[in-house]
Amino acid sequence: MRALQYAAPRSLEEAITLLQEGGPHARILAGGTDLLPQISDAVRDVAVVVDGKKIPELMHLSFDPERGLTIGAAVPCYRIYEDPIIQQHYPGLVDSASIIGGIAIQGRASLGGNLCNSGPAADSTPMLIAYGATARIAGPEGERKVPVEDFCTAPGRNVLHPGELLISLHLPTPAPRTSARYLRFIPRNEMDIAIVGVGVCLTLAETENTITAARIALGAVAPTPLFVPEAGAFLVGKAPDAEAFAGAAALAQAAARPISDMRSTAEHRKHLAGVLTRRALQGALERITTS
Amino acid sequence: MPTELKTGKVAIHATINTEPTDWLSEPRETLLEALRDRLGLTGSKEGCGNGNCGACAVLMEGRLVNSCCVLAVEAEGASITTVEGCGTPEGLSPIQRCFLEEAALQCGFCTPGFIVATKALLEKTPNPTEDEIRWWLAGNLCRCTGYDKIVRAVQNAAAAMGGN
Repeated sequence: MRALQYAAPRSLEEAITLLQEGGPHARILAGGTDLLPQISDAVRDVAVVVDGKKIPELMHLSFDPERGLTIGAAVPCYRIYEDPIIQQHYPGLVDSASIIGGIAIQGRASLGGNLCNSGPAADSTPMLIAYGATARIAGPEGERKVPVEDFCTAPGRNVLHPGELLISLHLPTPAPRTSARYLRFIPRNEMDIAIVGVGVCLTLAETENTITAARIALGAVAPTPLFVPEAGAFLVGKAPDAEAFAGAAALAQAAARPISDMRSTAEHRKHLAGVLTRRALQGALERITTS
Repeated sequence: MPTELKTGKVAIHATINTEPTDWLSEPRETLLEALRDRLGLTGSKEGCGNGNCGACAVLMEGRLVNSCCVLAVEAEGASITTVEGCGTPEGLSPIQRCFLEEAALQCGFCTPGFIVATKALLEKTPNPTEDEIRWWLAGNLCRCTGYDKIVRAVQNAAAAMGGN
């Protein structure tokens, strides 16, 4: 790899200073499973690596019934799917974190890094969007919050300004009778990049068989992960039946604007967006009704 | 006191295969490069350099990781297990013995990564199903064997280690 400078700051303030001083060639290191191969292949021009893993806020993972789930930006995938509270309350995150790369990748890779890498096919971003997650950002001008659906702006690009870093992701506490599902289609059985990914979060009324809230987001079918508000809005007030799910799936499919590449064609991806949306909704419903 | 930005060689202390170990690495060196080129632990192999093939797999704080995706400086204070810590020619581990007995290797290049990954699997799941084995080992690629013999070796090792 090219020559690097490395620092492991112990506070957000120190990290911001290091990022400012390093300029456009400074980058936060979390799990390193995207960044280090990118530096090695000269895909990203990085000269200063600012290791975030000694900053307590970036490694923090906690749930509070009032305030919801807080995931530090550098928390690795294995801490997500091994956490009993996340397994119970946010099973969609377990779906996503379990299929990013493989076991060795999940030993290091983080959801925050997955988001900041800003790939169109990231497996955690559609699920975070469906859960209504917010990104907490710190920088020279102070802190700000950005809904995850607004975070990525183009392939590999996001809203972080120079000197800024992602601190953590925040997911609201799920309402009763809420669950979620993330599904992905890949050419092989594992270890692949999504051809299409769909994350859905569904809430039913407490005593009636009616959908009160729904969020649907797609991955790998647009330059950025895609929130499809109209597909979720379509479901509100309806019974969670095949017809409703088919309607939402059609809206999701219509919103998808994929490209053809070596993994799949645009037509195949469009088709899969509809199929996976329907299956993910069914999966979320099953989790609600069997819990 | 601001954190120092390191530019030249960094002194690193880690525990490698239970031995306290000290060495120098530049920030740009991966843990894989440090293990092989600084410490002479050439059991871990470079197959892809980007976290896809698992030939470089080691345990870091008990977790399976690809050492090509870890900087050497990140290993400061960590406990690392490489294939050299999984058994010796005189004292093969059950996993190593089962790989040999099942002919679960030919060229052997991927084998260290598979041994370390299998060790991690059986520590977590002492009696894995075939699906669990294949899923866990999905990050280890083999060009030679077609994988079936590897799966059998892992199943035998699980049984030998009292998994059921």
